[in-house]
Amino acid sequence: MMDPKEFIARRVAKELKPGYLVNLGIGIPTMVANYIPQDSDIYLQSENGIVGLGPLASNEEVCVHLTNPSGQFATVKKHAAFFDSALSFIMIRGGHLDVTVLGTLEVDEEGSLASWIIPGKLVPGMGGSMDLVEGAKRVIIATTHTNKGIPKIKKRCSLPLTGYRKVDLIVTELCVIEVKDDGLHLIERHPDVSIEEIIQQTEATLIIDQVKIMEV
Amino acid sequence: MNKWIDKKSFIALLKDGMHIMVGGFLTCGTPEPLIDWIVESQVKDLTIICNDAGYPEKGVGKLLLHHQVKKLIVTHIGTNPNAGKLMSEKEIEVELIPQGTFVEQIRAYAGRLGGILSPTGIHTPVEEGKEIITIKGVPYILSEPIGADLALICAYQSDEKGNLIYKGSARNFNPTMAMAGDTVIACVEKRVQDIDPEHVITPHPFIDYLVEVSS
Repeated sequence: MMDPKEFIARRVAKELKPGYLVNLGIGIPTMVANYIPQDSDIYLQSENGIVGLGPLASNEEVCVHLTNPSGQFATVKKHAAFFDSALSFIMIRGGHLDVTVLGTLEVDEEGSLASWIIPGKLVPGMGGSMDLVEGAKRVIIATTHTNKGIPKIKKRCSLPLTGYRKVDLIVTELCVIEVKDDGLHLIERHPDVSIEEIIQQTEATLIIDQVKIMEV
Repeated sequence: MNKWIDKKSFIALLKDGMHIMVGGFLTCGTPEPLIDWIVESQVKDLTIICNDAGYPEKGVGKLLLHHQVKKLIVTHIGTNPNAGKLMSEKEIEVELIPQGTFVEQIRAYAGRLGGILSPTGIHTPVEEGKEIITIKGVPYILSEPIGADLALICAYQSDEKGNLIYKGSARNFNPTMAMAGDTVIACVEKRVQDIDPEHVITPHPFIDYLVEVSS
């Protein structure tokens, strides 16, 4: 079986269409870039001020003035552009991103997500995530289905929210879930995983009509 | 007027309790030499306004390491475990702001606006203690301007007067912060004779002092 994170990243990559402007968050979302064809007309937006972010820099390519949003030395592709943070977030809130892909701690039946704080335990902060879910035309969550067995897909998020009713699609190593006004629709499952197993590992209620097999 | 200063003159500008704004995104575009001089100065009780807390031994993380900080106003501290530790030990206060709101609050101070209205963070804890203003049926969170006594900028090139250009993703918060410090100091990698006016990103009237990196 393929590494679960790679499987998620490959499936998310299939959601990206030529001409899209896409922002990838930290973690599994960053891996999605590995499965976007280099010659595709998809441009990665990086909130630290780049359109046209490319792969990580090799030792020969390192430029100390060019990093990705995880702080790693990176490259840019043809037709790239650099800009300041105010402009970057005008681009983000202004509705120019076709898709933002983010990881999360929790996501719920209403399409709300919680990803920036575990009170009293871990306080990384929201960074650009709240603006990304506010502005992007489509919000895709790329996450493992559970946190060491504890469901991440909840009836209601228990942690402080990053965004209220912002998520459109949830991709895990087990399934693909579409968020609609009436709730969470299970639309695809991993070929080796039954619908019952998915329900068992999900706290939220899933609406099940036609479930296709996930293809990467 | 000659804006070029050395370490001694820079340190003379520092005082305990100052609010200092620092450019950079995960230390890319952070004026490290100026941070080192703040460490050397031993000033304390600083309020640091920066995108993030950097790393434990890099960027504004160095100021935390030397216990010179009272408060951080940032969007993210996840890359610096020491910041989280000092926060839980209550040595420092941390105010977290969504990044797009943070930069607009700084820009608001720069242009002397009374505040900004952003839809980001509605129905999240960001609302807490803030006024919600509804315009044409859409709710927005009101955030006040953020200024600073000093803004520390990192630029790639400066001409003699302080016209600045930046490089790559090191630009980030620098052009906005360069307009929002009561005193603005740019640390520049290369001092050049001329910059094509078409290419200037920060025009020189915003810059009070310049430091050449090699000095």
